Amino acid sequence: MITAITPILAHAADFAEGARPEDPAMWGWILLLTPLVGALILGLGHRIWSERVAGLIGTAAIFLAFGAALACLAQLLGMDAEERHVLSGFTYAQAFGVDFRFDIYYDQLAVMMALIVTGVSALIHLYSMAYMKSDRGYTRFFGYLNFFVFSMLLLVLAGNMLLLVIGWGFVGAASYLLISFWYRRSSATRAGAKAFVMNVIGDVALVIAAYLLWHELHTLTIPTLLANADDPFTVMPTATFTAVALLLLVGAFAKSAQVPLHTWLPDAMEGPTPVSALIHAATMVTAGVYLICRMHPFIEISDAASMTAAALGTATLLIAATTALVQTDLKRIIAYSTMSQIGYMIAGAAAAAYSASMFHLMTHAFFKALLFMSAGSVIAAMGGIQDVRRMGGFKKAMPFTYIVFVIGALTLAGFPLLSGFWSKDEIISYTLHRGGAFTIIAAGMYIGAILTAFYSLRAVFLVFHGDPAPEAKELEGGHIAHGDHTNPATGEHEDTEVGFPGADHHIAEREGEMKVAMGTLAFLAIVAGFVQIPGVTHVIEKWLEPVFEDSRYADSIPSVSAQWIGLGVGAVIAITGIAIAYWAYMKNRGVTERWTERFPRANAFLLNAWYFDWLYDRVFVRPVAAFAVFCNKVIERFVVDGIVVGTTTLVKDGAERVRAAQSGLARAYALSIIGGTVVIALYFVVVGK
Amino acid sequence: MNISWYIALSAVLFSIGAGGLVARRSPLVMLLCLELMLNGANLSLVAFARMHGDGGGQIFALVVMVVAACEVVVGLGLIVALYRNRLPIDIDELDHLKDPQKADSAL
Repeated sequence: MITAITPILAHAADFAEGARPEDPAMWGWILLLTPLVGALILGLGHRIWSERVAGLIGTAAIFLAFGAALACLAQLLGMDAEERHVLSGFTYAQAFGVDFRFDIYYDQLAVMMALIVTGVSALIHLYSMAYMKSDRGYTRFFGYLNFFVFSMLLLVLAGNMLLLVIGWGFVGAASYLLISFWYRRSSATRAGAKAFVMNVIGDVALVIAAYLLWHELHTLTIPTLLANADDPFTVMPTATFTAVALLLLVGAFAKSAQVPLHTWLPDAMEGPTPVSALIHAATMVTAGVYLICRMHPFIEISDAASMTAAALGTATLLIAATTALVQTDLKRIIAYSTMSQIGYMIAGAAAAAYSASMFHLMTHAFFKALLFMSAGSVIAAMGGIQDVRRMGGFKKAMPFTYIVFVIGALTLAGFPLLSGFWSKDEIISYTLHRGGAFTIIAAGMYIGAILTAFYSLRAVFLVFHGDPAPEAKELEGGHIAHGDHTNPATGEHEDTEVGFPGADHHIAEREGEMKVAMGTLAFLAIVAGFVQIPGVTHVIEKWLEPVFEDSRYADSIPSVSAQWIGLGVGAVIAITGIAIAYWAYMKNRGVTERWTERFPRANAFLLNAWYFDWLYDRVFVRPVAAFAVFCNKVIERFVVDGIVVGTTTLVKDGAERVRAAQSGLARAYALSIIGGTVVIALYFVVVGK
Repeated sequence: MNISWYIALSAVLFSIGAGGLVARRSPLVMLLCLELMLNGANLSLVAFARMHGDGGGQIFALVVMVVAACEVVVGLGLIVALYRNRLPIDIDELDHLKDPQKADSAL
């Protein structure tokens, strides 16, 4: 432990004395450590800080980190386009011939990801300052959030596989802490445990992948690994290659909630809404996409792996999109849409459309965080109720929330000229251009697009249009409904002490911080697409080009005209989906209820998300629980108890018998010992003669 | 001086101790008798060490003293425990292990 800390301290001391002001990664270190410092200040001083100060510390730390990320961007911009990568660090331990290094590495891809993470996080911190105001765990909440941002940046800036794995695990832990933030809600703690367990499956896969890479290439440093991946002189058996690719994908799938490791994400909505916006929509769940882009040479090398990833990504996007059609919980609708959108990114990255996937990752972060924030505002206005069937007519009561929610939903739907339109259709046209089996993938993406347009507008029409709910009427009169405090999932009654949500609810119309955060994101959701218009602007493509130039599909770019045709088809599909939603929920309100009655089985199938939870319950949970009961009833009762009780009985019975042999007279024992010794001594004296 | 005097004295000490151990019923006196036996043995160890001119026997005598000290600690502890539990301070009365009913009533 001491030996591990000493170099870190020495490094820190060097840093402080200005002995290494020339450290090339100075801004990277500041970027990484600012959220950690914030988390430590909040965690260690949680009794000292007033709630206002705690919120300011947490938010300021993330805004500083965003500034440091901008400085990293400026630093890279000051370099030659081909030289834009920085690696810096120190060895903290040496064992078994391996240098365990604390390296940070950032290039165009990492800086882009860091900017998205810190930028969206900063806005969500701002939003949380108002939204969580009445919650009793306020300081703890900001400590966790800062810890999450630190973990995410560790994952993004990791210079070697070891740090990547550590960041990967920390992110899972932060997610667990925040999902179970209301720790007296049993449904929340169960959801946290579920998310953690499924994430650990990915962690283990990633550890094994790191080991295989070290075993074959004798290094853990990511830039070296990437440089060696395509080296024809590196002898690496194909089976190991495929195993590495598949293990990396398992890691990515667990974190990005892709089929079959996706069931934790809808349950993760048990956490506070800002957590859903930050972790389970904008940043953490996109880590899998980042991993695939980061390690792309190792995925590309195996056609089987990239085909598997593309197929599972498409399966996820379709399964999630169909499930979202019938969900009744507002947050779950958005959660399934997140799974679906990440399916696009994963399938796109598997089809080697890396810059398109990263572009969609960015726009998705903006509009999905925006949607969750608006949903949080609506849920607050409903006094904690999340069921869309109870909502309605909030358009007049919450004009600001209405406008930004519509912007978010239209962007998600791929409405022309909004950012989601450009990014989603870029993924589809790149995938289509790969041809072969990828044509089917692209077709699946188009089907997903029409479903997306339908369910996102369904949420808008159900929540904001139609007859006003009693809560909406009350709000028009100037009162926020507070209701009685119950768990929206189970209906159990709750108090407002620590461990449960706070007493008051806060809506965007009344809180400046929430308005600023949501307004900024709405603006970004509208304009972010203009950085990448086919044939016009290529900001992201050009910026990321050096990172992906070694890709074997780097030259496989669809023509500008093909991209515009794709955009045209995408626009038609989006508008069709929106029109169907308008027809079903505005023109003919009630038609969907009739469909539900006519096809109860299909409805139940989708409502239960294709029965994945049911299946896992039967295949994994129940057999394990039955085995535990068996262990208790048979092994514990008969084997373990048998051995323990048998031993004590044996000793007891044995003692009962031996007891008869003793007289209880200590002096007689002494006499017999002495007498015996004398007899033996006499015997030796006689024999010795 | 002839070694046999030492051996004789050592044997006398040992025998007095052994006799006392068998004859007396007070555990305290029995501990004293044990000390006497140990020191009788110690005396012969030291005498032989002197005769052979090496320190081995003396070291053994020191070890025996340490063991004797430990034994006294345990023995006195037992006696105090007996006293505290209002058990008879008479070695002949202390046969509770043989008779379970007596042990139950004593505790």
